[in-house]
Order: sequence, then structure tokens, then C-alpha cells
Amino acid sequence: MSTHAITSQKVNFKVFRFNADEDYLPYYENYEMDVTSEEVVLDILNRIKWDNDGSFSYRRSCRHGICGTCAIKVNGRSTLACKESMTNMIEYFGNELTLEPLSKSRAVKDLIIDKGDFWAKNDAIHPYLVSHIDEHPEMECAVTPEQANALNDADLCIQCGACHYACPVVEVNEEFFGPAAFAKAYRFEADVRDDAHTTRLIELNAENQGVWDCVKCMECAEVCPKDVDPIAKITSLHNMLFSEGVAKSNVATRHAVGFKHSIARNGVLDEGGMVLYSEGLGVVKHLPLALKMFRKGKIVPPWAITKSDNLDEIQKLVKSSSTVKF
Amino acid sequence: MGKLKYALFTGCTAKQSTPEQMISTMAVADKLGIELVELTEASCCGASHLQDYDDFLSLVLNARNIAYAEKHDLTMVTICNTCQLNTAMTKHRLDNNADLKTRVNEKLLEVGLEYKGTSLVTHFLYAIIDDIGLDKIAEMVVTPLSQFNIAPFYGCHNIRPSELQNETHKTPENPYNPRSLDDLIIACGGQTVDYEEKNKCCGFHVELQAPKTSAILAGKAVAGAMDNNADFIVTPCPLCHLKLDTQTDHLSTAIGREVALPVLHMQQMLGLALGCDSDKLGLQHHVEKVDFI
Ligand code: SF4
Ligand code: SF4
Ligand code: FES
Repeated sequence: MSTHAITSQKVNFKVFRFNADEDYLPYYENYEMDVTSEEVVLDILNRIKWDNDGSFSYRRSCRHGICGTCAIKVNGRSTLACKESMTNMIEYFGNELTLEPLSKSRAVKDLIIDKGDFWAKNDAIHPYLVSHIDEHPEMECAVTPEQANALNDADLCIQCGACHYACPVVEVNEEFFGPAAFAKAYRFEADVRDDAHTTRLIELNAENQGVWDCVKCMECAEVCPKDVDPIAKITSLHNMLFSEGVAKSNVATRHAVGFKHSIARNGVLDEGGMVLYSEGLGVVKHLPLALKMFRKGKIVPPWAITKSDNLDEIQKLVKSSSTVKF
Repeated sequence: MGKLKYALFTGCTAKQSTPEQMISTMAVADKLGIELVELTEASCCGASHLQDYDDFLSLVLNARNIAYAEKHDLTMVTICNTCQLNTAMTKHRLDNNADLKTRVNEKLLEVGLEYKGTSLVTHFLYAIIDDIGLDKIAEMVVTPLSQFNIAPFYGCHNIRPSELQNETHKTPENPYNPRSLDDLIIACGGQTVDYEEKNKCCGFHVELQAPKTSAILAGKAVAGAMDNNADFIVTPCPLCHLKLDTQTDHLSTAIGREVALPVLHMQQMLGLALGCDSDKLGLQHHVEKVDFI
């Protein structure tokens, strides 16, 4: 039994309402409620439905942070409704809370969205073990604890979509696989039993849909209720692209590799040189901008760059600590 | 209280594409009575790209940078969000993984250095809020910016992931309802502009490989600030500054409407309020003209 006293306070909820079959535009309904310190966000959704409006719709099933259906946005933050305590939300945002679906543009009925794009991307990365296993094996396929640890908790994902609908790239580029699909792809890429390796990696390497279009906003790391840390998996996938020889020389890979060369030369980055190195001949399209910046004293030519002091140390470390060839 | 002293990790941008940020940092530090020891030995932090290619090399180089701050026995302050994230992330990983720390130190030993984990790594914005305090800063303001609506643009790598970021400073920041920059604007006497994109991504890091995505994100940010009557944007990150300031023609094309606003570095805004000479703020280095003063 909890030794804390249960407290209660008034909260005003502004709730997104929409019925795709009837409404042209969504609208917001206000509900003022006494909220106790013991409640989670899902309790509030239930009370709105049970006490105020039986037609109010949202998804939930397990109420234990397992099924992944109940994710919504509270004041713009992707949140797993059955896991997030109201005390936290009030501490975070105060007593005016807005409840919205994960994606307003995909809303079907109130907080329920069409998650079709999420599942399509999930399916596109081949979310299963690709393995040639003997039909009549003599013994089980043993995985050591160390090998299991390599998954780095990617297997904890409950596919709630919180990260996917928090990702700004998903919002503007419909080809982009998105953080959940990447985390799922990593979950299999890191599995010793999986044989798909390069086939899956080739798709993850592709322009527009693959990992190179991730803008590193860290939204996915912030919102994941299971601490899957999708961006860390994306970094690991980048590393695999190089180690498995899948990365091709293009503007994105040269951009990553160029840092090493620039650091080895100057310690600091040669910012103009980096664009030149990454783009190759494509650099011409940056010339108008470069000229504009040059006029404002925003471009330092390579010969005028102040190199790091003790550059020899940096050069030695670049040599001795490099773990990747490209 | 003795004089505040920090080890300054300038990052590459302040020395090249945003010289105005470098000089305004110095001018503001001077006004606030802060001594900055520049870490001239530091290398580039890898800018969130090097680790995609070679994670271990990125750790070693960032650990080396921190080791120099430790040699001075000073807190390291950064003036770029991405430097902040890369450096703080390195620190976090080494401080929480003894084996990794040993492997990194084996390399650093080759050049006679050691990463100990004794220096904090914090962004200049949080350093002054924590160590000087907003009230004190407000008292030092001589030219309140009261006639301006100022749109804060926080930049991803100072606020997310919050668990990591909040280890680096005392005043906790909620990435969904951030306050630091708003509070600094208020301390400077300005009006803060609330808009949806203030804690969103500027798109800088995919500028080369996904120019359209990048331009749409930046365009929406400037549009959001304009639609809420901002006179200018202010940011703690030189990369956000570059993205929002230097190519508004691309941003406008990407989102299908004309957008443009001056984008000040937080140091420049603070410098204006603290009465720094305008030639020490480098406002002439902006592509979007800063013609309101
Ligand atoms: S870090 Fe990358 S994948 Fe994660 S939300 Fe941001 S853009 Fe999307
Ligand atoms: S990675 Fe986390 S946020 Fe994304 S779908 Fe899986 S559990 Fe949800
Ligand atoms: S109801 Fe199953 S995760 Fe919330």
C-alpha cells in the first residue's frame, strides 16, 4: 500500500474531437475534471467516455504498457496513455492539458488514427528473422547472453508509434522509414541468427527512405516510452553500412567520412571544403549561397583556417583510433 | 563570489561561418565579468556525423577535448548546440561505461592525455542562467529590448534528449515547454513570441543529402515566428542560425511563401541589452539584414 496521501486537483482538458465520416474539420471539447495523483492519462480518457460522452473514441487494450495501442499526444508530446502519470503531466505542463491524436492529419475518430503508414514501413524493412534453419535440427540455435545484449533493447519496442509521429522527417517525407522501422531493422540486423544483413541494409542505405535522411533531432529518443532510443540504433545502422561495405560513395557518406579527413588535416573542420568534398561537382549549386556568405564575411578560405594547436596529437589519434575503412 | 571562469570550446562554426558569434560571446562575457579560456587545442566534435562513420574515433576526439578542459580544472562551455550534444554525450557514455573509458584512455595515453570525467560540459546559455542567474542578468540590462517581439528558437541539440541534457545544467529544461531562452528574452526586457516551431528542428543536419526536407523544416520555423509577429528570431545554436538566416530564398521556395527574418545569436541579443558596442556584436555579418537597431 502506498504511504503517500492521494491528492487531487482541477485540470482543464482540451480534447481533440473529429469524426472523419461526418466532420469537415476537427474541433476541441473542454472538460474540467478533478484529477487525483494516482491516475494515468488513460484514466482520464476512460472518465471522459464513461462520465461525459460515450461516443468519445480512443484505442487501448492491455493497460500495462505492452500492447502499444494507447499512444496519444499531450500538449504536443507523444505519450503512452496507460503509462504516463497525470502527476507527471501536470508537473510538466500545468493544469491546462491538450489531448490530441498522434497525428492530426491521420485522425479517423477522435484520438484514433489510421496507422497504416506506420505498418507499411514496418513491413518494408522485413521485420523478421531471415534464416536458413535445418528443418530437423539436432539441437536448439543457442544465443549467448552477449549476443542477446547486442540487440541493445531494440526488442523492447511495442510499436506504439510515439516516435514515428514525433519525427519531423516522417511528417514531410512520406518515403522515410522513420525511427520505429529503423529500430526494428536494427533489432534483426544485430541478431546473430539473421542472414538478411546486406539485403536489408541496402534498403536502409537508399536515399529518401533510408537512414541518411534522419535529421538527428532526437525527438524519437525523447518520446519512446520503452527507452528504445531509436536514434542510437540509427547510428549503429550507419556504422553497419560502412562495416558491411554497403555504403556507396555519395553526398551523404562523403559528408560523414569528410569529417575525418578534415580533422586529420586541420583539427577543426574546413566548412567550405566539406561542402566541396561531399558534393563533388554538385558543389556548383551552392555557389550563389557561398557568394552571399562570402560577402558577409561568413566564409574562411582553406588557407586562412586557424588549425587546432597540438595538431600532431590529433593526427596521431586519427591514425591510431580509426576503426573503419572507406 | 570569485570571478566566473570557464574553458571555452568554440567549435568550428564560430571561427568560420559565424564570426559574429565569436566576437559577441567575448563581448558579452566581458560585460558579465566572465573569464573565458579558449581551448585552442580542441578538434572538431564531429558535428553529429563523424560517429555515423567511426563511433570510436568520435569518442576519442571528444574525450580529448574534454581532457583539455579538465587540465584547466574548469567547466567546459560550448556555444553550439551540436558541440554540446556530442561532447555531453561522449562524457555521459564514458562516465557510465568503465570499459569504454579504459579503451578511450588507452588511446589518449598515446598523446599523454587522460579523460577523467571531472569537468562539466554545459552550453553558455545554461552556464549563465545557473551561475549568474536571470535576476542578476536583468539587473545588468542597460538597454531593455522592450519594443521587440522576439521569437526564441531553441535548437534540438540543447534540449533533447532531456535526460542527458538535464545532467549538464542545474535549471531543468522541459523540451516540450522550454523556458531558458524565453526567460533570457524576458530578462533582456523583450517580449517572447510563442509559436509551435520554437522547440522543433531547423533541418540543418540533412542540408546536403536531403535539401528539400531541410528547407521545409527551416521554412516552417521562420514562417511560425513571422505569423506570430516576431521582429526577429534568437537562437543559442550557430547551425540553426545558418539554416534560418542564410538561404531564405530556398526556404521560401520549399514552403511556397516568402519568409525571412533576422536571426540573432543569443549572445548578440544579450549584448544589445547589456549595452555592448555594436561593432562588438558583428550584426553586419548576417545575410538577413539586421536593420532594426
Ligand atoms: S532523430 Fe531522426 S529518426 Fe529520430 S525523430 Fe529525429 S529525424 Fe526522426
Ligand atoms: S521505438 Fe519506442 S516510441 Fe517507437 S514505436 Fe517502439 S516503443 Fe514506441
Ligand atoms: S493500453 Fe496497452 S500499451 Fe497502453
